[in-house]
Amino acid sequence: MEVRSILALSVRNLRSNPLRSFLTMLGLIIGIGSVVLIVSLGAGAQALIISQIKGLGSNLVGVLPGASDENGPPASVFGIQVKTLTNDDVRALLNDSRTRHLVEASGYAQGRAKMVSGNQELEGGTFMGVQASYPRVENVTVSMGRFFTAEEDSGLARVAVVGSQMRNELWGGDDPVGKTFKIKRESFRVIGELKPRGSVGFSNQDKVVIVPLLTAQKILLGQRHLSLVRGRADDTSNIPDTIAGMREVLRDQHNLSGLDEDDFSVRNAATAIALLSTITNAVRFFLAAIAAISLLVGGIGIMNIMLVAVNERYREIGLRKAVGATQANIQSQFLLETIVITITGSIIGIAGGAIVSGLIALAARALGYDWAFVVSISSIVLAVAVGLAIGLAFGYYPARRAAKLDPIVALRYE
Amino acid sequence: MAAALIEVVGLTKQYENEGVVTPVLHGLSFSILSGEFVSLMGPSGSGKSTLMHILGFLDHLTSGTYRFEGRDVSQLQDDELAAMRSRKVGFVFQQFNLLPKTTVLANVTLPLLYMPMSEAERIANAQRAIEAVGLSHRAQYLSSQLSGGEKQRVAIARALVNDPAVVFADEPTGNLDSKSGAQIMNILDQLNQQGRTVILVTHETTTAAYARRIIRMKDGLLVGDERVDEERRRAALGGELK
Repeated sequence: MEVRSILALSVRNLRSNPLRSFLTMLGLIIGIGSVVLIVSLGAGAQALIISQIKGLGSNLVGVLPGASDENGPPASVFGIQVKTLTNDDVRALLNDSRTRHLVEASGYAQGRAKMVSGNQELEGGTFMGVQASYPRVENVTVSMGRFFTAEEDSGLARVAVVGSQMRNELWGGDDPVGKTFKIKRESFRVIGELKPRGSVGFSNQDKVVIVPLLTAQKILLGQRHLSLVRGRADDTSNIPDTIAGMREVLRDQHNLSGLDEDDFSVRNAATAIALLSTITNAVRFFLAAIAAISLLVGGIGIMNIMLVAVNERYREIGLRKAVGATQANIQSQFLLETIVITITGSIIGIAGGAIVSGLIALAARALGYDWAFVVSISSIVLAVAVGLAIGLAFGYYPARRAAKLDPIVALRYE
Repeated sequence: MAAALIEVVGLTKQYENEGVVTPVLHGLSFSILSGEFVSLMGPSGSGKSTLMHILGFLDHLTSGTYRFEGRDVSQLQDDELAAMRSRKVGFVFQQFNLLPKTTVLANVTLPLLYMPMSEAERIANAQRAIEAVGLSHRAQYLSSQLSGGEKQRVAIARALVNDPAVVFADEPTGNLDSKSGAQIMNILDQLNQQGRTVILVTHETTTAAYARRIIRMKDGLLVGDERVDEERRRAALGGELK
């Protein structure tokens, strides 16, 4: 009996009882679907995080105030304000020969304040003080107007460059360039608008007002320290040298002697990407492994139903044997039926998982995240292979039982 | 004289269950020629069904020899028995044993699934067999849509589809009213007249009367073997025989 006939027979048997066939597959559908979904969502989230970090530029090197372990979070994450990082540090980093590969750098000081334009108000709007080198450090450009100059920074000019979404917050969607508004009751003139940049993590970079660093420190914040220093190295290959040089320069600046710990942390996007990839991969495989347990449960469900099917079809098996079916014929028929169930279930599961994952990707994009819809071929191949393995493993015993039936006993079975 | 199709010598069968041996057949010897129409008759428990199962390659014998078409088939293994069932015999059962939710055509095609031939050949053979039992107009009906008599005719078509050397009919009229029963027996009679060997297992005298030879069994032994001449046969059946 050739495979094609057995296959046609299996499909007919499954179609003759569609509800039961579907319920038989359900466990497997859920199992395979969750594996595909989790792997796909994991890949999408990972790609999003990495692309955001890469968007900042992998030549970027950041200095955060406060000590931290090599890979642990810096102190500022916990809300501890560390005042050791200053404008002098930025100047030293740019001028020292040990950091000659650092081509651009800017200090950052940020805060939140009430912003007012005409009769429109924004409570707790984010402003960020940076130096004139900021566009070159972070790879940003203005879509209208211009960025402020180093002279405007040192002269405490009350000028602002606004993120692309600010016009909706303060100017009713009108062109803001040339208009004046207030931050903390201080009047500022808008001289430029940045191109849209999207979100990084939970912060929306388009909903920010950028002002000269000294203006922010002296007029708005009343502080001398920086919350962050970012610099750009001339080449990715020079990053390890640059990081080492920056540590030396900053230790000198902060008068740290041999045994003192760093009171700052130097970070680079490339090391962050590598670290994040490791973590997100581990989480993905862990979740997929949990989902795989439901595959096992699904497989047991299939075996259960196939055993019931063998009992229900005693007479049919007896008849088939009476008209010439061999043990191998009967065994391959039942095994193939199980495999048809599992492969069909796998395909439905893959489609279901991919569809749900696609919907989530659509929802994420609607929320403004650059979420990629990724269903990897390897996860599909894996799902089908696992489905097939389950079919073979859990279909073997029922099929064997059917094949071994004595035709006389089976024919008399009521 | 026609060649012996079936020849058994000293055939015994015993069942063993949890150490208890139950002898069922005690050294039977007889032969059946090609083209005969034989009734195996006897009360229940006489061993006639067991004998049919052995002759029909559904069961192994315990001792003795069984020759089929001159070949010793006493010691065949399961798969060899399956091959003999596939090519040499056809069965008609009391319970019809049709596949439910399946068309007449598919039911009749079933035995051919286990023989090497093309799908087109299978369908052509099945249609020929369905025509032979006069059910061509029902070929696409589901088995559940048929009357009892029609179901048994489908079963006969299924038994014929592989062109077997012998058709075994195990109480074929047991589940039918007398009219449908007579119809079935007439079909079997016609098959025999066309040269097919038919072996009928029954405990009903009226059904057994269709055969041209009656082998009587009791307690696992042959207790009678008589040939019925055509005149007596017609007299016994009266108007039943067409």
